[in-house]
Amino acid sequence: MEIFDILASAAFWAAAIRIASPLIFATMGELICERAGVLNLGIEGIMVAGAFAGWIAVWAGLPLWGGVAVAFAAGAAFGLLHGVLSVPFGLSQHVVGIGITLLATSLTFYTYRVVLPEVSSPPKIVAFAPWPVPGLSQIPLLGPALFTQTPLTYLAFGLVGLVSLVLYRTPLGLALRAAGEAPAAVAAQGLSVTGLRLGAVVVGSGLMAVGGAFLTLSAFDSFFFDMVNGRGWIAIALVVFGAWRPGKAMLGAILFAAFDALQIRLQQTALGALVPYQVFLMLPYALSILALVAMSRRAEVPAALMVPFNKGER
Amino acid sequence: MRLEPIAAPSLARRILPPALAILGAFVVAAVLARLAGGAPFAVFSGIVTGAVGSKFAALETLNRATPLIFTGLAVAVAFRAKLWNIGAEAQLYAGALVTAVLGTGALPLPAPLLLPLICAVAMLAGAALLFGPAVLKTRLGVDEVVTTLLLNFIFLLFVSYLLEGPLKDPMGMGWPKSARLVPEARLPRIVEGLRLHWGFVLALIAAALVWVINARTTLGFEMRAVGANREAARFAGIPVTAVTLKTALLSGGLAGLAGFSEVSGLKGALTLDLSPGYGYSGIVVAMLALLHPLGVVAAALFVAAIFVGADAMSRAQGVPTYLADIMLAAALLFMVLAILLTKFRVVRD
Amino acid sequence: MAQEAGAQPVVLRLSEISKSFGALKALDGVSLSLARGEVLALLGENGAGKTTLMNVLFGQYTADRGSVEVMGRALPPGAPRAALAAGVGMVHQHFTLAGNLSVWENIVLGTQSLWRGRIGARAARARIADLAARFHLAVDPEAKVGRLSVGERQRVEILKALYRDARILILDEPTAVLTPQESDALFATLREAVGQGLSVVFISHKLHEVMAIADRVVVLRHGRMVAERAAAETSAPELAALMVGGALPESEIAPRPAGPALLRLSQVSTRPEGRAPGLREVTLSLHAGQITGLAGVSGNGQRALSDLVSGLVAPSLGGFEIGGVPVSRWSPRAAIARGIGRIPEDRHRTGTIADFDLTENAVLETYARDFARHGWLDWRAARAHAEALIRGYDVRCPGPGTRIRLLSGGNMQKLILGRVLETGPRIILANQPVRGLDIGAVTYVHNRLAAARDGGAAVLLISEDLDEVMKLSDVIHVISEGRLSPPFARGAVSVATLGEWMAGAHFAPAAAGKTGGAHHAA
Repeated sequence: MEIFDILASAAFWAAAIRIASPLIFATMGELICERAGVLNLGIEGIMVAGAFAGWIAVWAGLPLWGGVAVAFAAGAAFGLLHGVLSVPFGLSQHVVGIGITLLATSLTFYTYRVVLPEVSSPPKIVAFAPWPVPGLSQIPLLGPALFTQTPLTYLAFGLVGLVSLVLYRTPLGLALRAAGEAPAAVAAQGLSVTGLRLGAVVVGSGLMAVGGAFLTLSAFDSFFFDMVNGRGWIAIALVVFGAWRPGKAMLGAILFAAFDALQIRLQQTALGALVPYQVFLMLPYALSILALVAMSRRAEVPAALMVPFNKGER
Repeated sequence: MRLEPIAAPSLARRILPPALAILGAFVVAAVLARLAGGAPFAVFSGIVTGAVGSKFAALETLNRATPLIFTGLAVAVAFRAKLWNIGAEAQLYAGALVTAVLGTGALPLPAPLLLPLICAVAMLAGAALLFGPAVLKTRLGVDEVVTTLLLNFIFLLFVSYLLEGPLKDPMGMGWPKSARLVPEARLPRIVEGLRLHWGFVLALIAAALVWVINARTTLGFEMRAVGANREAARFAGIPVTAVTLKTALLSGGLAGLAGFSEVSGLKGALTLDLSPGYGYSGIVVAMLALLHPLGVVAAALFVAAIFVGADAMSRAQGVPTYLADIMLAAALLFMVLAILLTKFRVVRD
Repeated sequence: MAQEAGAQPVVLRLSEISKSFGALKALDGVSLSLARGEVLALLGENGAGKTTLMNVLFGQYTADRGSVEVMGRALPPGAPRAALAAGVGMVHQHFTLAGNLSVWENIVLGTQSLWRGRIGARAARARIADLAARFHLAVDPEAKVGRLSVGERQRVEILKALYRDARILILDEPTAVLTPQESDALFATLREAVGQGLSVVFISHKLHEVMAIADRVVVLRHGRMVAERAAAETSAPELAALMVGGALPESEIAPRPAGPALLRLSQVSTRPEGRAPGLREVTLSLHAGQITGLAGVSGNGQRALSDLVSGLVAPSLGGFEIGGVPVSRWSPRAAIARGIGRIPEDRHRTGTIADFDLTENAVLETYARDFARHGWLDWRAARAHAEALIRGYDVRCPGPGTRIRLLSGGNMQKLILGRVLETGPRIILANQPVRGLDIGAVTYVHNRLAAARDGGAAVLLISEDLDEVMKLSDVIHVISEGRLSPPFARGAVSVATLGEWMAGAHFAPAAAGKTGGAHHAA
């Protein structure tokens, strides 16, 4: 059957890993925010801003990693705005997040039009090239699939390990986990809940933006207006699906990306002739909703998620 | 220095947030206009004249405000009950879809029967689209923000499929568009010759009705109670789940009306670009209005003016129209920040 | 103040501390000192300022005026970090623990620089084990705090302070959540601590404990220090009078014989919720004209029972009758319809809607039945009703249009009381009805409940304050891990016996183990 042929091919899995990479950045970023107690609905806009910022920086002459850094900075800036409004000021995280998404998206489109007023199609840059890992990329099947990816993909997977390490084995991670569960405990131990949450949102938003930049610097080589296309919202679903654990969330992202890669390929098959292409495009979003429903018994929700902490309030 | 809660904020303090929001939006716009090489004053006067400077412009603003009033009401009703309906966009298209399906000749009824029928079914369609996420929320605790958002993408793809397939205009030029509505299914113009249609009046009536529901009915009381403190409402015997679902029906229905109004009153057919994001702008409208139904009308007019004015200004001066979106996003954020000023006073120790 | 030359050095000195919250002056020029190895009791009724004073010391609040000196050095205000570094450790009344982390993680939290790479779990765990042994604080370092009992969590809180080398231990109402036997164990720990050179400040409103453990007593009233005594030179009645500012009103609420049973539970079980136990084969009768008191340490099923009677939860097993009629469909609305008046445990979270005004809160339960026709609300009638409640129940407020969050706790509770009692309920659930109220409001509420009882209502009183239960109830049950003791008539049972039942003794041995609550086959 055609599906099995697809599933057995290295090209399919390579595509799945590639599609998963921006999701992994975005999911790790959102996970850090939520573990500290802040829901960051600005993720979609921040990814758009990151995609644009990284790309335009490279187009203006910076090296690729410089573009990644610029993207991170752009995300961190929006994260700082979100953090200041929702943490010390304690404003509704739902509304602030949506405002940030609207602001980041509109600022991106505006800047694009200002910087490139006359273009009919956006200029291309030289994106990251796949870098085969010496030795490992020679393994049959696994080699082309896993070890012939761009450096940003390797970074994404390394990030999962780093986030896990920090979260579970360092004092900082301990403090973050406590801040999202019982900020009163954190304050009573002399730490600053505001500082921890702000830091988490800033760093998390930077990572989200790098996820956006992956699209323009690694997956493709140009910026399109509809590029992010809901990946931010999908990342939020993946955080829930992964029960707020980095490793599980990564697996969720890969599973999701595999379905996405599958639907692209199925469109070329006999099935694709029968079923309208829109159905295939719907699958990722429908899958995300299913993932949320499946994980609906959220016993592992950080207890203080979305609850502002007011020091010394009577 | 610390923050101290205010007992009863004065009227001046309560007006402050929308005022500050608008002011802040203009300041941001001025900075960005300058960066784009435009002169801020020229940009602003361009927006103002573009919005209300001529009869054509003013009517255009009212037309643009109509769907915003509906989606603004939809969001306000939902947010009041702490139901985070971000899916007004899809609910709008649901209403629009129904209008296109029923209004292109399928039902041979005269206008006085056909219009109310389509209107009612459009409301039901919008309500149905929010009902699913609402049930998931009440039954399984699934966050409705993400489900309604994802549903936006899914439903728009569905509409795209229909417009390229079963609903495609047989006389169309190739791009996806439904057949034109029959005259009986069209909302008439308010005055012959002017572009303003009865959808605007319908929107005003809807705002008044929502206001009455909120202030004087048991349903309004229950919605407000559930939004203010769900636990206390449940303890007091208010059927929280039923109220949440009723809220969803009302909210989705209002957004569906937006779609009906646009297809039947303005465009006459369903296209994929029917809504330039009215569902999302409705969120800004609702917040600027502090979730008050009558405030929604004022806020919708303001937002519409900004959009219409920015379109005209952009054609004349070259500053990108996205300035309008930035202004509204900034207004939203300033607004939320300024609400703090109504609740707290800075006190020097 | 008496401080003889040659006595132990002063480790803590608070001077002229004043603190206001808006118009409310919580502390007014309070000064006290603590010597090394001393146990100082801070005594006062609810609202006297004891917790506020200690929160100023610990840096959670900043005083408007006054200074704090620890070991002779001035303590910078408003910084828990500085207080911790100076050797002040506080065990709060509401525990500050993260349920998703283990015991040792909670203890280690904040003790290391955030820039450090590793936590060093093994060394930490070893040190915790050593401290636990030295101070008789038995607890499993690997256990998730979310699963611990209240008594165990308090031990974690104390270990937190000891781990940080606290020289001054502040405990805020520590025995409020313990059985009498657990309290004794706590006192043993405190004596050990004092023996090792620590000093203790012990906040309480329970006189007999203060007399048992303290060397010196400071009495606060309305934010002022009104007296200071050596424990050996005073007595409980004198302290009580100082606390209240006069002779304690001896309100004797005489016991009454039982009327017919208005509510009956027979072998009722409910599902546990999270870590809170469900009811296990509970048999209970509430009789007209009687106050049935429920004694027990918090977290032993009181929530399950009150949720059941309130209508929030239905029994999964067993028989449930009201007025002799079995209950089929159950909800808060059904409970109200069947004549149950409910005073909830938490007036802020469950009892009122903070942003609604007094009128809206007054009709929160009855709007549909009494103030609406065909879905249309009559706000004029609702307002009149609210005004009647305000007058009848002495609710101090600017008017029925005031937002209820501006009222004091006592006035809020009086409004809730009025809302409940004015419907003439046959059964009244009073869940922690006087928690956090000043003595005037306490007496008012108690008198109203007694009056309702005299009028023929059956009152179920749930309280963590054993004194309150013993003073008010005609009949007392003890609840422990979801099981109910048989009824005891007031006067026929001693505190010690009740304490034993509260600690779980005398119940038939459970089939399942203690952890996770019992699950019943459907």
